[in-house]
Amino acid sequence: MAATASSETLAISPDLIGQKVYEGILQAACGLRPDVAQAMELALDSETSERGQRILAQLLENNAIAQRDHVPLCQDTGAVWVNLEVGEDLSIPGNIFSTVNDAVEAAYRDGKLRMSVVKDALFDRRNTQTNCPAFCDLQFRAGHGLRLSILLKGGGSDNASRLVMLAPGAGRDGIRHEILRCVKEKAANACPPLLIGIGVGGTFDSVAKLAKHALLRPIGSAAASTEAAQLEEELLAEINATGIGPAALGGSTTALAVHIESAPCHIAALPLAINMGCSAVRSVNFDLIPFGDPEDDCHE
Amino acid sequence: MSEPIALSLPVDPQALKELSIGDVVLLTGPVYTMRDAGHKRALDFLEDNGHLPFDLEGQILFYAGPTPAAAGRPLGAIGPTTSSRMDFATPALQKAGIAATIGKGKRSEEDIESCKEEGCVYFAAVGGIAALLASHVLESDLIAWEDLGTEALRKLWLDQFPVIVAIDTQGRDLYRLIERGASEV
Repeated sequence: MAATASSETLAISPDLIGQKVYEGILQAACGLRPDVAQAMELALDSETSERGQRILAQLLENNAIAQRDHVPLCQDTGAVWVNLEVGEDLSIPGNIFSTVNDAVEAAYRDGKLRMSVVKDALFDRRNTQTNCPAFCDLQFRAGHGLRLSILLKGGGSDNASRLVMLAPGAGRDGIRHEILRCVKEKAANACPPLLIGIGVGGTFDSVAKLAKHALLRPIGSAAASTEAAQLEEELLAEINATGIGPAALGGSTTALAVHIESAPCHIAALPLAINMGCSAVRSVNFDLIPFGDPEDDCHE
Repeated sequence: MSEPIALSLPVDPQALKELSIGDVVLLTGPVYTMRDAGHKRALDFLEDNGHLPFDLEGQILFYAGPTPAAAGRPLGAIGPTTSSRMDFATPALQKAGIAATIGKGKRSEEDIESCKEEGCVYFAAVGGIAALLASHVLESDLIAWEDLGTEALRKLWLDQFPVIVAIDTQGRDLYRLIERGASEV
């Protein structure tokens, strides 16, 4: 039993989180998300460019090789983002951050993944040789539940991302324009077909997290609202009409999906963040205690 | 779509001149991995000594940082990184003898000009197929800069490694043509 119930709070063992981080990294690095693979197969049927079709077929063949041989889908096995959404009446005793870092180091070593983190962005660019530190977020949520998400974020797609503080007057069209501009300028470096995470609202710092969080949502699952779903669909059509295509070498599949998360914000603000997810967008979610089911115990 | 063109390395400059943007090329022979940190060192060496380090004249640079050996292959996964980060050094390295480069994404106008002047080609490799590409790498030898980890200089022996001509020796650029709406190049 990894979690023990006390009278009021449930203590979650950091070791359980560490174990899931380890498993999640190895799973994500060596196989496409099922929703991404499915979207790619559908795109193969609709892709208009012969070169684009060939590249989509290579991406699917690559997935088969990675899964068969347990090798990474991409040589950039990313920096690790661990996001823990913690519901009410839970506690995580001990040092969760050091447990997560231990799990990251072990997974990267055992999985023969690439160490891609330097000690300091500006003053010491030596490789840490452990892929640590992991970049961790703890979010406290209303309701009962515990959700662990792990995202291995590649450098190329993150570099192609953008954050803009728009004026509220820019509105929906301003957002659309900015996203299309970013895709046209940067998609080639982000390894299309893309999953594009969009955050709108919040504050300067939180909007980027919305965009990143949007990448975790499975393709084909419901958007947050009808308005969001409409805008997602509209943007996807516009992005795929650019002709950029798979690997930015031409075609009708520049993106597999656009996911939007919006939030309240200041009366003067319209923050926008665009986080590019590459064709090998690698993430995994573990609902250790599903939210919305308060009676549920921690399960594997 | 035309049949893939087989190209043996080190490459014959005349063979490079015959390539056009959009050509699918299968590379067989040696290439050298070099990326961000390596480019700084190579450029420093060139400025200090007036020639390229490690006899790289006539060779091809592959902008890549592989994962370790796995599944009985010398590298688990290898694929292109974003080439534009190497733009600062490319014209100088090509002038000093680098024959071609392999990466992903658009290059600077200066690099296109340099390809035209020096008779160099820029090959695009597809990002996100690194397990597949690794199956076309027969050998990987560490040459230098081990302290850089994945960014070390490695000599790879490729076997029918698939790439697409993105900038040819006439200075034509596939990415920019696609951007302008000419999708079937």
